[in-house]
Amino acid sequence: MKVLITNGRVVDPASGRDERADVAIAAGRIVGIGAASPDFDADRVIDARGLVVAPGLVDLAARLREPGQEHEGMLESELAAAAAGGVTSLICLPDTDPTLDEPGLVEMLKFRARKLSRCRLFPLGALTRGLGGEVLTEMAELTEAGCVGFSQADAPVRDTQVLARALQYAATFGYTVWLRPNDPWLGGGVAASGAVATRLGLSGVPVSAETIALHTIFDLVRASGARVHLCRLSSAAGVELLRAAKAEGLPVTADVSINSLHLTDVDIGYFNPAMRLVPPLRQQRDRDALRAGLADGTIDALVSDHTPVDADAKILPFAEAEPGATGLELLLGLALKWGDGAGIGLTRALASVTSAPVRVLGGALGSLAASAGRLVEGGVADVCIFDPSAHWAVTAAALRSQGKSTPFAFDASGVELPARVRYTLVAGHIAHEAA
Amino acid sequence: MLSKRNPQLNAHGELIHLLSIEGLPKAVLTQILDTAGTFLSVNDREVKKVPLLRGKSVFNLFFENSTRTRTTFEIAAKRLSADVINLDIARSSTAKGESLLDTIANLSAMHADMFVVRHAESGAPYLIAQHVAPHVHVVNAGDGRHAHPTQGLLDMYTIRHYKQDFANLTVAIVGDIVHSRVARSDIHALTTLGAAEVRAVGPRTLVPGDLKAMGVRVCHSLEEGIKDADVIITLRLQNERMSGALLPSAGEYFKNFGLTEDKLALAKSDAIVMHPGPINRGVEIDSAVADGRQSVILPQVTYGIAVRMAVMSIIAGNDA
Repeated sequence: MKVLITNGRVVDPASGRDERADVAIAAGRIVGIGAASPDFDADRVIDARGLVVAPGLVDLAARLREPGQEHEGMLESELAAAAAGGVTSLICLPDTDPTLDEPGLVEMLKFRARKLSRCRLFPLGALTRGLGGEVLTEMAELTEAGCVGFSQADAPVRDTQVLARALQYAATFGYTVWLRPNDPWLGGGVAASGAVATRLGLSGVPVSAETIALHTIFDLVRASGARVHLCRLSSAAGVELLRAAKAEGLPVTADVSINSLHLTDVDIGYFNPAMRLVPPLRQQRDRDALRAGLADGTIDALVSDHTPVDADAKILPFAEAEPGATGLELLLGLALKWGDGAGIGLTRALASVTSAPVRVLGGALGSLAASAGRLVEGGVADVCIFDPSAHWAVTAAALRSQGKSTPFAFDASGVELPARVRYTLVAGHIAHEAA
Repeated sequence: MLSKRNPQLNAHGELIHLLSIEGLPKAVLTQILDTAGTFLSVNDREVKKVPLLRGKSVFNLFFENSTRTRTTFEIAAKRLSADVINLDIARSSTAKGESLLDTIANLSAMHADMFVVRHAESGAPYLIAQHVAPHVHVVNAGDGRHAHPTQGLLDMYTIRHYKQDFANLTVAIVGDIVHSRVARSDIHALTTLGAAEVRAVGPRTLVPGDLKAMGVRVCHSLEEGIKDADVIITLRLQNERMSGALLPSAGEYFKNFGLTEDKLALAKSDAIVMHPGPINRGVEIDSAVADGRQSVILPQVTYGIAVRMAVMSIIAGNDA
């Protein structure tokens, strides 16, 4: 199919391109950016007047809930949510049931996602069998099946020896290990330690749960040379340690969630279960440091941390509520809201959800690495076309995801999100088109 | 984020649920204490009843076991002429897998007018209050570590009875404050009522520095904590906290933080000693002090009934 996107504002953060141009697409690839050739015979012309034509978003953290947790989400619903959010590639976590520790499961997921053709799916394999933190998985086999890295999701590796060996083994093959820095002994609470948790009588997670884990990881990276991606930093002290580690030249990257970027523990209010999140929301100085870290590149990418949670699992007392929030459809709006609020602008904000996460993935993306998250002639036609001036209210009815719980729900926040996705193209095929 | 109205108050600022003392205006606290004063005499009558809640059904929902608090709520409701239904949920519905809100919905269908709720999780009564019909009232009888507002109010009633005014008072709360819903409610009440100084006293494992944000002075020695105090509130040390990583032993705790006559001499000579009960003699408080002339532990229990009557009658009279 040949598609011509006309009259849009083409923004490509990787190259710095920001101009009015047409984008011509054929056979799944971008064949021209600029004035369209008059003999380009498009099957479909998209008039993007007043719209931004950007690379499709790349989300480094989304739970799709398959296999095993279909009551919370299914590939159909969650990949439709991705497309509706302008996300054209996503990394899914291995904490499914069963966990993604078998090549067959990974192949099945990739196959099903391909058939739906809504969004490219890149699974993280389990770092240890059953995420039990004891026995390494067959990382080479899993990579062959399509895994782009290995993760424990939120499950701990209590035994530091096992973690050291997992990093050594991964480094042997050049695989990236994705770890959320959280000391399991200190990190068991339901809210960030601090005045709010103390006042509300909620068990706290101290900042040291993150910093102790970071110190351990950095030392093991020094010893093994393994490449580590740090998932969902939550504290100012964590950002400082990351900054120092990068200055030292350690092969580490990091992301932050849309929740930690915009909210603080004060937003828990009167025990709002929508604010029950992992990692927990911290204080304003932490949020400020996370925003500054993302702005200056210390933190590489912004992620949705999409975790659809069944409604029944959220109508519970705060500590008993299941952690997590829906996010795929909020990623673009919250990236732009941050870009606007932080005064760094649209292009830089888009980079945090397009080109920057692709750099994190690096060679694990194979041939896609050269053009995913970018708009380049000859590259894959993964495109997000959105209306930058439209605002929308986050309501259950507006969300495609099966998960409706979010801290940004309009009825609780009273705030609308900027930017509405009009079209999402994956490999030149229209994966989403707003009504 | 949009700031939401305190769910305990209606649009006129009147109390419709009692969930926490935090965020309640001084006038509301004073109204409850004054009303409790009028009910005290009811307890001395031959017929200990007033008809304020006649025809109303009060459900005591105790998701966590408690004999003492449940009993005082039951007595208070009965003295207001309400029908009282005690449900020991810890052993019934939830054991069969029923969700908290399903339990509430079922009981609401039985035309409950008021729920008195105790739950092991902080915030559970807020969830209930947000999901009951507008005419149904919720009283928090203790949620996790968060709040025990009627205990806080009866403590205030006791203090006001003996000390009249809060303005010049130094109040020391001694013990396991990090896990104590009583301490949190006392702190909010005392700071709202204008106590001159509130001290949180105990070892660092039980008294976190974050408490400063609640407006208290944090003291890690008993001597410093109770020096020249007008009121000493000792807290119960739960058995499971007596030996482990929080404290090595009950004996060492008593030696350093137990209230003895010698230590009590550091406080003002007319200081009163309070305890929410049940007391562990020889752990947080010496028998000589618990039974001594400065102890007001038993009057606290008596005032507790009047305060709970006041709370129930006030919220039942206000509409959402």
